[in-house]
Amino acid sequence: MLYIIQTTLTLGFVYSLVALALFISYRILDIADLTTDGCYVLGMAVSVTAAYYGHPIFGIFLAIIAGMAAGYCTAFLQTRMGVPSILAGIVTNTGLYTINLMVMGWSSNVALLKKETIFMLFKHLGIGGPWMDLAIVAVIVIGCMALLRYFLSTRLGLSIRATGDNKDMVAASSINPRFTITVGLVIANALTGLCGALVGQLQKSADINAGTGIVVIGLACLIIGETVMNGKKNMTRNILACLIGNIIYRFIYAIILQTRLIPIDFLKLVTALIVALAIASPSLKENFSLYARRRKESL
Amino acid sequence: MLKLEKCTKIFEKGTINEKVALNQVDLKVNKGDFITLLGSNGAGKSTLFNAIAGTFLVDEGKILLDNENITYVADYKRAKVIGRMFQDPLKGTAPHMTIEENLALAYLRAGQKTASFSRISKKDEEYFREKLSMLNMGLEDRMHTLVGTLSGGQRQALTLLMATIVTPKLLLLDEHTAALDPQAAEKITALTKRIVEENEITCLMITHHMKQALSIGNRTLFMSNGRIVMDLNEEERKQISVNELLERFKESSKEEFDNDRMMLSE
Repeated sequence: MLYIIQTTLTLGFVYSLVALALFISYRILDIADLTTDGCYVLGMAVSVTAAYYGHPIFGIFLAIIAGMAAGYCTAFLQTRMGVPSILAGIVTNTGLYTINLMVMGWSSNVALLKKETIFMLFKHLGIGGPWMDLAIVAVIVIGCMALLRYFLSTRLGLSIRATGDNKDMVAASSINPRFTITVGLVIANALTGLCGALVGQLQKSADINAGTGIVVIGLACLIIGETVMNGKKNMTRNILACLIGNIIYRFIYAIILQTRLIPIDFLKLVTALIVALAIASPSLKENFSLYARRRKESL
Repeated sequence: MLKLEKCTKIFEKGTINEKVALNQVDLKVNKGDFITLLGSNGAGKSTLFNAIAGTFLVDEGKILLDNENITYVADYKRAKVIGRMFQDPLKGTAPHMTIEENLALAYLRAGQKTASFSRISKKDEEYFREKLSMLNMGLEDRMHTLVGTLSGGQRQALTLLMATIVTPKLLLLDEHTAALDPQAAEKITALTKRIVEENEITCLMITHHMKQALSIGNRTLFMSNGRIVMDLNEEERKQISVNELLERFKESSKEEFDNDRMMLSE
């Protein structure tokens, strides 16, 4: 039981990085960034490959840079080349599949048997014990959240928020939307890359298909968190919602795994349904209330 | 201060819908001028503002601001020194950001020395509070309220403050009170007058309100068919009555009017 809580919390923390990334792209910039799936695998592939060759810490940083590059690609396509934003993400994502295979030495998975990962560095020093994974992940994630919160109140952060919030005021506020969208997507994908990098070293493996559906799961967590936190009101709450939502999602996941309430093969379908319902809920509510009104009037 | 030399803008050039929105416009705005701009719909008033603000580049001609050629400078760069307000109160502020954050954005972006990662300080906050209390709307006690929950008049007042919190070289007001109820419009007009006069901002204001056009500022321009057809200075404004202005308005827009009639009779 304790082990389950440990793993759930660890995964909850680490995957909240993807939710944070989607918070930046989907909520703040109002762009559906589909680079996420491929970028997550890219981070994983880079970090695991680097660890394989004995550079686990360096691998994490490389993965962040790789994520940034992927984000820049998508941003470049949509801000400079006029590619519609969703398509830009899909194009980058498709290209990344080959890049990811290349990074992994043209094999579909890499395993880190008896290799060093960042999670083992402290174990040698004899501190932490079984909670070490969680502690490391929590420190990194909370650090990212604090940095992001700080950043969103800086001039650049405010400009990025205004870009997504009101397109009409952008130029009149001396904001260059090309630049703010680029910075936003680069930061978002840096976080996604970091998430992949940490998960790869946690699981001691990288798999070319590990990213399938990550973007939908991330969105589900974001929406769960916002609902629970009654979010969208202030930035600190919204950022914390990413973490809370993820922990809740992972607990549900663990319960399903343990109790076999739903066959585990159905999980992605269920997740997709949750996301579809959650995003559709405002218009569903509206349609329903209209329906109820008309019914009442006809009686 | 601001100089337009033979500026021309043609929309949908070469098509059947071709429209000469600005026709060889020459304009010299002196420092400290507060100009009201009149003209019927489609006369080119907003097009003139768009050309000055850089929303699009003019097809021909030259635009100089403080002797600096800004003809090819991008709109967001010009916005550092040119403040602008629109008719729609929703266009000037970010609804999901607080009053303080909106002001911070305006304050930080226009400051000359602020870096990308600069934030507002406690001192700046006090400054915002002081500026907000000047609006007399009680907004100074609601600094952490989301702007989306404010009324149109409050949002427009905030936009005015944002456009002038760092004194711009030039302020463009595009019928910024037209979408408000009469009381709010009066309040915003009074505020505009006060802020512009106190800071000696050079200002151009589009209005449809003839009386207002003659009473505010020191100079009145009249546009028709993409040209400035009348330029009244302070003395000339005193001598002209609203009726006379209306007459001339009709006269100069007769051509447009006839065009409209022609289209309708077809």
